[in-house]
Amino acid sequence: MELLLAITVGALYAAGFYMILRRSLVKVIIGLALLGHAAHLFLFTVGGLTRGSAPLLTGETAGRVESYADPLPQALILTAIVIGFGVQAFALVLFKRVYQTIGTDDLDQLKATDTGS
Amino acid sequence: MHLIVLLPILIPLFTAAACLLLWKQPALQRVLSVTGAVAILVAGLRLLSTAAQGEIISVQLGNWPAPFGITVVADLLSSIMVAIVGMIGLAVAVYALFGIDRRRQSFGFHAFLHALLMGVCGAFLTGDLFNLYVWFEVMLIASFVLVALGGEKTQLEGAIKYVTLNLISSALFLAAVGVLYSTVGTLNMADLARSLSSADVRSVLSVAGGILLIAFGIKAAVFPLFFWLPASYHTPPAAISAVMAGLLTKVGVYAMLRIFSLLFAYDFAYVQPVFLAVAGATMVTGVLGAAAQTGFRRILSFHIISQIGYMIMGLAIFTPLALAGTVFYLVHNILAKTSLFLVAGIAQRFTGSDELRHLGGLYRERLWLTILFLVPALSLAGIPPLSGFWAKFALIRASMEAGHYLLIVVAFSVGLLTLYSMTKIWGEAFWKEKPAERPVPDKLDAREIRWMVLPSLALAAMSIILGVGAEPFFLLAYATAEQLLNPNQYINAVLGDT
Repeated sequence: MELLLAITVGALYAAGFYMILRRSLVKVIIGLALLGHAAHLFLFTVGGLTRGSAPLLTGETAGRVESYADPLPQALILTAIVIGFGVQAFALVLFKRVYQTIGTDDLDQLKATDTGS
Repeated sequence: MHLIVLLPILIPLFTAAACLLLWKQPALQRVLSVTGAVAILVAGLRLLSTAAQGEIISVQLGNWPAPFGITVVADLLSSIMVAIVGMIGLAVAVYALFGIDRRRQSFGFHAFLHALLMGVCGAFLTGDLFNLYVWFEVMLIASFVLVALGGEKTQLEGAIKYVTLNLISSALFLAAVGVLYSTVGTLNMADLARSLSSADVRSVLSVAGGILLIAFGIKAAVFPLFFWLPASYHTPPAAISAVMAGLLTKVGVYAMLRIFSLLFAYDFAYVQPVFLAVAGATMVTGVLGAAAQTGFRRILSFHIISQIGYMIMGLAIFTPLALAGTVFYLVHNILAKTSLFLVAGIAQRFTGSDELRHLGGLYRERLWLTILFLVPALSLAGIPPLSGFWAKFALIRASMEAGHYLLIVVAFSVGLLTLYSMTKIWGEAFWKEKPAERPVPDKLDAREIRWMVLPSLALAAMSIILGVGAEPFFLLAYATAEQLLNPNQYINAVLGDT
C-alpha cells in the first residue's frame, strides 16, 4: 500500500509541476490543485498507514494504541484541504478576471509588469 | 497576564471582523482601522517590555499540555517583530485614509489590511510548525486580495505571478511538515528542537531542512526564488505595496531565523555553506536588478531582495554579533523600506506617474518630500549615523571575526551599488528639471497631504532615532541573538523544566 501511494504521490507532483510550467492559465490552476493534492497525500502516507478498527478504547483494547492509525496527520490534512479549497477558489476567480481583463490566457503575453507599460 | 501574548492576534481579528460587519460604512471602518492599529502597537510594545526583561511567555491554548496543544510563544525576537508590525500597521492605516482611493476602501481594504496584520502577528507568535503554515496561509490569502484589489491590468498580472509562486511555496512547506512529523512525531517547535538535538537524525534534517529552505526562500525572496517579488510589489497602490514590502518577506526571514536556529542549533555548520552562498547571491542579484530598472517602486522592490541577502548573511555567519546584526537589520529595513514606499506613493500622487522619466523637479516643488526621501534612502545605503550604518557595521564586523572575507567584499560593493540606485532616484525624481510632458496628477488638498506625510515622517524619525541612539536597541538585538543561540531557554519556557 505504501508503495502504491508513494508512486501516486510522485506522479501527482510530477503532473502538478508539469502543468504549472504550461503557458495556459487553466492548466496552471489545475497544476496548483494537483500539487496541493500531492502534498496532502504525502502527509497522509508519511504519517503512517495503519489499517485497524475505529479508535474507541474499550477495556479490552485500551492499552493497544498501535493498532490504530495516528489521527493527527489526518487532522492536519483536513485543515490543509480546507485552506487549499479557499485559496484555489480565490485563484480561480482571479484567473478568470485576468482572462476577462487582459483577453488572453497565454502566460507569455502577461508582460505588463516587466515592461512597465 | 498571559492574555497579552494573544492580544496581537485577537485585536486585528476583531478589527477585521468589525470592518466586514460595517461594510456599508467606510467612515466608521477608517476610524476602526486606525484604532485597531494603535491597539496592536500598544500590545506589541507591552509585550516587548515584558520580553526585554528576559522572560519568555508561553501560553497553551485550551490548557492542553505543551507538545500536544497549540502553543503561542513570545520571546524577544517575536516581541520585537510584533511591535514593529504595530508600527507599520499604524503608519499604513493612517496613510491609507487618503492614500487609498474610496473605491478600494469600500471594497474591504481595511478588513483585509487587518487580516494581513493578524496573519503576520500569528506567524511571529506561534510555537508550532503546522500553525506557522496556517498563519502563512492567513497572511497569504489577505495579501492575495490586497494585491488584486482594484483589478487594474498590471495588478492582475502581478497577482497571478505572486499567487502561483506562493502557492507552490505553501505546498512545499506542507510536505516538509509531513517529513518532520513522520520522523520525529511532533510539530511543536520546542519539542522538535529537543528531539532533534538528542537523536542522530541528520538525514531527515537535510531533507526537511532543504524543503523548508526552499519554502521559506520563496516567501523571503532569496536568490534564485525571488522572481515573483519585482513582478508584483510595484503594481498595487503605494499603501498596499508598502505594508507588503515592509512585512511579508520579513516573515520569511523570521521563519528561517526561528526554524534554523532551533532545529539546527547544534549542527549549523552542516547548512552554513548553503546560507553563505544564498546570502551573497541574493545581495548581488537584487542590487544589479535594481540598477537596470527605471520605475521608482520597481527599483525599491529589487532592493528588498538585496537587503534580504544581508539578513540571510547574519543568519549564515551564526555568531551572536551576526544574529544581532540580522535582528537590527530586520527592524531598520522594515522601517526604512516602508517609509520609502510611502514616499514613492506620495511622489506618484503629485506627478501622476511612477516612472522616473515622468518624475523630476520634486526638489524645487516639494523640498520636504525630498528630505523625507533622503533619510530612509541614505539609511538603506548605510550612511552613518542612520540606522542602516549600524546594521551593516555589525554584520561586516561579524563576518570579519568569522573570517568570511569574500562576503565582506560583496557586502561593501552591494552597499555602494545601493547608494548608486538611490542617487539615480535622487537625480531623476528630485534633482532633474520638471519634464515637459507629464501625466495628469491627482488634485490633493493640504489636509490629504498632511495625513499622507505624517506616517512617513514618523517612520523616518524612527530611523534617525534608531541610528543616533543605537546602543539600547543594539543591546536588545544582542540579547535576542543570545536567546536564539541558546534554544534551551525557549524549550524550557514552552515545555517546562522537564
